[in-house]
Amino acid sequence: MQEKLVVPPGSETEKQSRNEPEVYAIQAENLVRRFGDVEALSHVSVSIRKGEFFSLLGPSGCGKTTLLRIIAGLDHCDEGILKIAGRDATQIPAHKRPVNTVFQSYALFPHLSVRDNVAFGLRMKKVAIEEITKRVERIMALVEITAFAERRPGQLSGGQKQRVALARALVNEPEVLLLDEPLGALDLKLRKQLQVELSQLQRRLGITFIFVTHDQEEALVMSDRIAVMNAGKIEQLDGVEDLYERPRTRFVAQFLGSCNLVEGVVREVTGAVASVQTTMGDLRVEIGDATRKVCVGEKITLAIRPEKMHFNSKVAENQVKAVVRDSIYSGAETQYRLEAGERMLNACALNSRVGSQGLNVGETVLVHLPADALIILND
Amino acid sequence: MNTILSKSPGSEIKEHISYRGQLKRSAITTGPGLVWLVLLLLIPLAALGVISFLSRGDYGEIQLPFTLENYKRLLGFGLLGFDSLYPAILLRSLALGAGTALICVVTGLPLAFFISRLPARFKTPALTLVIIPFWTNLLIRTYAWQILLAPESWLTRFVHAIAIGNVGDPLYPGTFAVAIGMVCDYLPFLVLPLYASVEKLDWSLAEAAMDLGANRMRVFRHALLPQIMPGLIAGTIFVFLPATGQFVIPDLLGGAKTVMLGNAIQQQFGQSRDWPFGSAIAFVALALVMVGLWLYARKSQGKGGPDLL
Repeated sequence: MQEKLVVPPGSETEKQSRNEPEVYAIQAENLVRRFGDVEALSHVSVSIRKGEFFSLLGPSGCGKTTLLRIIAGLDHCDEGILKIAGRDATQIPAHKRPVNTVFQSYALFPHLSVRDNVAFGLRMKKVAIEEITKRVERIMALVEITAFAERRPGQLSGGQKQRVALARALVNEPEVLLLDEPLGALDLKLRKQLQVELSQLQRRLGITFIFVTHDQEEALVMSDRIAVMNAGKIEQLDGVEDLYERPRTRFVAQFLGSCNLVEGVVREVTGAVASVQTTMGDLRVEIGDATRKVCVGEKITLAIRPEKMHFNSKVAENQVKAVVRDSIYSGAETQYRLEAGERMLNACALNSRVGSQGLNVGETVLVHLPADALIILND
Repeated sequence: MNTILSKSPGSEIKEHISYRGQLKRSAITTGPGLVWLVLLLLIPLAALGVISFLSRGDYGEIQLPFTLENYKRLLGFGLLGFDSLYPAILLRSLALGAGTALICVVTGLPLAFFISRLPARFKTPALTLVIIPFWTNLLIRTYAWQILLAPESWLTRFVHAIAIGNVGDPLYPGTFAVAIGMVCDYLPFLVLPLYASVEKLDWSLAEAAMDLGANRMRVFRHALLPQIMPGLIAGTIFVFLPATGQFVIPDLLGGAKTVMLGNAIQQQFGQSRDWPFGSAIAFVALALVMVGLWLYARKSQGKGGPDLL
């Protein structure tokens, strides 16, 4: 309450501190974690809303697991503040935090039955026995593990272990559930199935999920919002669609899906449209909500998704002449390698018509790069 | 026979040969050990068992008739009514073994964890230090303790100086000296198997327990202890069994005032020349240990506990 007086009105912090008890499950401010000389996290700030499915996405070694472990209390941060459900939790030990984790290796207790594994957290909190029985049965029914409740983890398949690990964490009704690449060890089919089940479960329970993964498709399918991490920093934090449609950096553009990058020099800016000179000719680019200012004479990088390019359309602007060098047919779509002005472009086209009208290798085509599909990157 | 052969020519014979071959192979590999065990363990043990039911002659010879007298005497029902001498010896030895095992567990657990958390290059030297006492003869080690714990030694003075015990009281002989001698002797037996299982610990289980609300004590109790239980039990047995039969250390450091199981057996086979009674003591000691192990095995069965027997 006193804080409000100190913080200048209208500032970002002021808004947060007024809203945080209801809105944010996790608030991290300027977290730094060093391992020797390496900064595994360098000044990471992130606010995760209550009840959302939030993913931390990035290549291995980007700091996503470190961030998750700091939230869980299994690792400490060297600088910064972590708030859980609005309360400062930076110094609170793991066993007193209202969060639970599903570990990558599941970390089930091998000497306990499935039922006892699930009951573990409630027993540690000294919940009454009848209450434990009730909640354990309910959660086991929810994730469908009642059938093998008496077995030990050693007798379970990977998918079953995964469900037990989930039940063991969820039975505690945590403020936040942390999932550390929980589907990493499963085969593709099971992974797809569990992705769907997991996001349905999250919607049903309304618990905040923080999901760590290096699989961009998995993150896109399941999440409400994604933070893409690289080298200890958050590169971009956005909703799933924005992240894919409007990547801000070279790293995000290439890590999430595939992207063509085109370097160029800004020739002219008129209103919300820039004219950019590239090796493929001049391109008109809609500046849109680009987070940076674009100045004439500046070198910039443009990004465009393969599926956003069109062939032989009857538009006047942004037409690039290209030669088809390679085509890969993969059922629903065909991917092309195009050579345009000494550089290669990846394009793809949906095979939506019966009797494919695909392009032939060696053919010359006009490729349309729509002005609104060209994205100006920040780096 | 003919029909079988015509159906699957030679298969029966082949099987037979391979079975015999297997027998031959296992005879070569396990044979020597088996012969050794039968000649040097099983037969003497059986002889010991038989002798324990025989009687002592007037000149110490072993003779008929078969009798239960030896066992009765051991339990305290002698010719002169109840006598607690031998039951007391049994209990005293068991207490010595259990006490030593307990102190070794309490001191060995932190030691094993400490060594396993050392940087890799310090681990081997640390383990070597644990084993070094083995390089010296038991008697020499024990006499060394006599000197160290003597009333005028620097160690005794130091201990008195920091005000543990009354000045002038010798540290030796006594229970304290016996405890020190026993622990020094048997600690490696506990630390080595325990260290082996501490090294293999899955620490992610500790993190899982912490994450689920367990404090430090409970993390140890629920996540770590179950994992190191096999090593801990093996180590405890390695300590308890020989410590129960130990009598040199209690004699040399305890002042030779009490008789232990080991002395009693030695006495019966030596000075007293009462082999049947000595055999009975040895047999009862063996039986007690076996019953203990059997009870443990039964308890741990089906609970995923370690299979020791």
